[in-house]
Amino acid sequence: MQVSLRVRRFDPESNQGPYYQTYSMDAPDYYTVLDALIHIREETDGTLGLRCSCRSAICGSCAMRIDGHAKLACKTKIIDLTADGGEVTVEPVGNMPVVKDLIADMKPFWDKIRAVDPWLQPEGPEPEREYVVPNEAMQDLAGAMNCIMCGACVSDCTVLEAELNRGVPVEKTWLAPAALAKAYRFVGDPRDDHQYDRLEKLSDSGGIWDCTHCFECIEVCPKGVAPMDRIMALRDKAVSAGITNNNGTRHAKAFHDSIKAYGRLDEVTLVPKSVGFFNIRELLPQMPTGLRMLKAGKLRLPHKAENKKKIKQIVDSLDKEQME
Amino acid sequence: MRYAFWPGCVSRGACPELFEAVVRVSDRLGIEMIELKEASCTGAGVLSEQNPELADTLNGRTFAMAEKLGLPLMNICSTCQGVQGRINYKFQNDATYLSRINERLAEEGLHYSGNLEIKNFLWVLVEDVGLDKLRSMVVRPLRGLNIAPFYGCYILRPSKELGYAEHPERGKYLEKVIEVLGAEPVDFYGKSKCCGFPIVTMNRRNSLAMAGDHLLEAKSKGADAMVTPCPLCHLNLDAQQPDAAGIKGQPIGLPILHLPQLVGLALGIDPEAMRLNNHIVSTEAVTEKLKVKV
Ligand code: SF4
Ligand code: SF4
Ligand code: FES
Repeated sequence: MQVSLRVRRFDPESNQGPYYQTYSMDAPDYYTVLDALIHIREETDGTLGLRCSCRSAICGSCAMRIDGHAKLACKTKIIDLTADGGEVTVEPVGNMPVVKDLIADMKPFWDKIRAVDPWLQPEGPEPEREYVVPNEAMQDLAGAMNCIMCGACVSDCTVLEAELNRGVPVEKTWLAPAALAKAYRFVGDPRDDHQYDRLEKLSDSGGIWDCTHCFECIEVCPKGVAPMDRIMALRDKAVSAGITNNNGTRHAKAFHDSIKAYGRLDEVTLVPKSVGFFNIRELLPQMPTGLRMLKAGKLRLPHKAENKKKIKQIVDSLDKEQME
Repeated sequence: MRYAFWPGCVSRGACPELFEAVVRVSDRLGIEMIELKEASCTGAGVLSEQNPELADTLNGRTFAMAEKLGLPLMNICSTCQGVQGRINYKFQNDATYLSRINERLAEEGLHYSGNLEIKNFLWVLVEDVGLDKLRSMVVRPLRGLNIAPFYGCYILRPSKELGYAEHPERGKYLEKVIEVLGAEPVDFYGKSKCCGFPIVTMNRRNSLAMAGDHLLEAKSKGADAMVTPCPLCHLNLDAQQPDAAGIKGQPIGLPILHLPQLVGLALGIDPEAMRLNNHIVSTEAVTEKLKVKV
């Protein structure tokens, strides 16, 4: 099929900023985006910079943005993207500095992974032979262990993007999806004895409570790691471990209590309950929003579900089971 | 066209204008809605963080109520769509789990088969009403208006669990509707991104920066207004807009319309009846361009 690849080029040694260059070719139906890029580099333009190794979705080195979303170039077939005569846009991953063309500097990615102490920390005497772990525990972790460190999730993480956009220095940005999925892998490992410390650190600002639940990381991860779901599981583990003095926990509790009381969500008390009723420092900045909403008739008494006691019964009985 | 109708907490709370608008627009379009008054909040993804089975049971209960009426379920919120869709997907792929949920529902005499169709108003517009019919009902074409679509995460992702394999065009429905109503869709990077609402209490600065980025980008691409099928996005984009402007250090002033309001304008419904004056950011720029009074 005929296809044009619109590739974002950048050479730091030239004085030119990034620009797009279009390469047209006749691509066989089996071609992946990576096949096409290698073809360009070998046949038409040897200056095109890209990174790859395994060509089979294992090494994680070929992540890039394809038509706006991070993907493994070697796992993405052109025929699945466009029809004959169509165009595909190829750019380097987002949220990381570009070294050249499609090659990004992965340092921020690795720094974040390192920040969660990605190694086992057992305490006490070593067992005589190997550590024995229950199968179910490892099965739960297997999904997170599938991570190939490609950086696709970090590339498309919306919170990281917003922080970088507003000028937060990269070393001060939040942990982001890949490192948090990695953290989950160690928190959940029965051989590790630092779960509480890990969870405590992860509950600090820039950790698990900063995720905005946008599903981008789930959507783009080529290995089904589902980082966002791991982050939500970490939140639950932190709360269960009693690490609750943060807005995230209060927010979740206010949500829960509202559903229990009314069957519905009451946005009016959600904010004060989340930041804490006596937390003047944080409540004040929210006041203008509240006043504006009051004026526009947007703050009303909570709407209640009819027959709401049925809902309360369900909440109570499942809460009780969870406690047990 | 009849639907069991889940209005969502926000249309019954901070965004009453959404409820008013959808009732009027549905009436015009011949969409009959039976409101599920006993249904509960979906949990908006927050409840499932702490107790997934609780969220699943409450939503299973809602699905069973719709099924009892023999009707598909319609919602008017991207977040409701995402939560309900994801849970429905889970039920459909795990019969053992669904039967455990059904045991809980049995106490109330309810049962859910797993076969319910769940559709956001946007999908109903395109797939059930149909764009041709919608076009034929336009009496006040929105000519001259540049409208930026803003989807909301939950109606887009995870695409696998939201039926995108069968309906790959769902990610372009807003643009199609905007066009059919006579306005010009504005293409911009942020349209499928996150509004920032979920972290407004956890990391207010990031939350506002996200809203601010998308609003300013849409504006720089020439948008007169933005439209969203998600009232939670609406809260961050409209009610928080003055603060988002503060964080970004520049004025914004972009009106944000709920999807049914935009449709209603083109169908000739009185803007006041759809409470266009109930917004934080004035919608006058829109009504003035259309030469209608609020
Ligand atoms: S869900 Fe959370 S971690 Fe994943 S991309 Fe969105 S903000 Fe980032
Ligand atoms: S979690 Fe998925 S997307 Fe993120 S680095 Fe690992 S494999 Fe890549
Ligand atoms: S080249 Fe190894 S993952 Fe693509």
